[in-house]
Amino acid sequence: MSSLSDGLQSGYAVEFRGTSYRLPSGAPLISGLNLAISRGETLILLGRSGSGKTTTLKLINRLLEASAGEILVSGREIRTWNPIELRRGMGYVIQDAGLFPHWTVERNVGLVPTLEGWPRERILARVNEMLALVGLPPEEFANRRPSGLSGGQKQRVGVARALAADPPILLMDEPFGALDPITRTDLQREFRALAKRLQKTIVFVTHDVREALFLGTRIALLDQGSLVGIYTPSEFLKASEPQVHAFAASLDVDGTHEGAQ
Amino acid sequence: MSWYEFLLRTHTEILERTLEHILLVAASMSIALAIGLPLGIYLVTRAALQRWVIGAANVVQTIPSLALFGFLIPVPWIGGIGASTAIVALSLYALLPILRNTCIGIAEVDPAVVESARSMGMTSRQVLWQVQLPLAAPVLLAGVRVATAMCIGVTTIAAAIGAGGLGVFIFRGLAMVNNQVILAGAIPAACLAIAADAGLGYFQRSSARR
Repeated sequence: MSSLSDGLQSGYAVEFRGTSYRLPSGAPLISGLNLAISRGETLILLGRSGSGKTTTLKLINRLLEASAGEILVSGREIRTWNPIELRRGMGYVIQDAGLFPHWTVERNVGLVPTLEGWPRERILARVNEMLALVGLPPEEFANRRPSGLSGGQKQRVGVARALAADPPILLMDEPFGALDPITRTDLQREFRALAKRLQKTIVFVTHDVREALFLGTRIALLDQGSLVGIYTPSEFLKASEPQVHAFAASLDVDGTHEGAQ
Repeated sequence: MSWYEFLLRTHTEILERTLEHILLVAASMSIALAIGLPLGIYLVTRAALQRWVIGAANVVQTIPSLALFGFLIPVPWIGGIGASTAIVALSLYALLPILRNTCIGIAEVDPAVVESARSMGMTSRQVLWQVQLPLAAPVLLAGVRVATAMCIGVTTIAAAIGAGGLGVFIFRGLAMVNNQVILAGAIPAACLAIAADAGLGYFQRSSARR
């Protein structure tokens, strides 16, 4: 993991070079993806269902192996990484948090530090620090089970768990997608502040263009397994590609495209 | 003969047979678990092979127990009259529920939880022991519970091939047309089954609560 941080001193955090991914049946999910993710940025993978955004994310931590092309993590070809070491250097948050239901919040958050063999006191201190960071008072939440948490609280614990071992990269797959709109907005605001403060490289999958514009330093738009383009939020609203238009048009209810955000 | 006199005369044998019965069940269940658990874990990700193996275990299950004992008697090494043949047959019977519930229990663990476990950098072994098996435990224990209850029942029949156990009283009582002797086997056997079921049921519920 230390080597993953070291490598991040220069160059891109993650780089796709002509990467393709096909199912065993031969159906292509990602084709010829070229995408360089800079250190410290929040890159949004935006796309409709089936556009290949989750597949792209899973290629980064080797849950899936690319069929063709290269992926570089910290400048090193991904196949030369030990997958376990690679993954422990990347926090991972998914839609329903994926917390272990048979573990307390404390054990869930302390997962990666425990796997890394940290001493007990240091794990406990880190868990408390992380819970406080995501706005959950440790004395109230540390001993609860995930089943006793609301959706928003689960996601907070998920974020705390992902950050616990201080990984340089954070992978997030629609982490706020299943929350009610008010909770979602709260978490998005807090997360944006957190991301600014922590300076992690964040790869964030969403189909919600509002979320993409709010959280992203750049937005990579995927359509049917191919990259349409990469835009800053302000570029995105002015871009001329029809796929971008389709997303931008979804922003305003009354049909006046100009007033978006 | 009054029950008092009967028990005075036979209580040591009842205890011995009960112990014999428990040992037969314990030996058979240990073998079934030692084979069924690892085999079930191995089969979770191999759907085609799993269908075959569980199909075969299903066939074994449908053979009447007395017939299975009969089939095994002429088999060299494991066969013959006595406890070892019975243990082989009982293990085969107990295998199906254990195997099937291991496969189902692990397959039913929320895929999102397993995916996040892998993504956090757990090795396959850590995912299995710390996530999949604990979460599959209630289903797994349900299989062990069913297998144990069945095993205690079928073990009474094993007395017919000289394996011992509480069935000895039942068969002897039937031959003697003596209800006291029959009940000396039947009552402890029923109690064993109920006690084992209750005990394992408690484990099962407490593992589900975790």
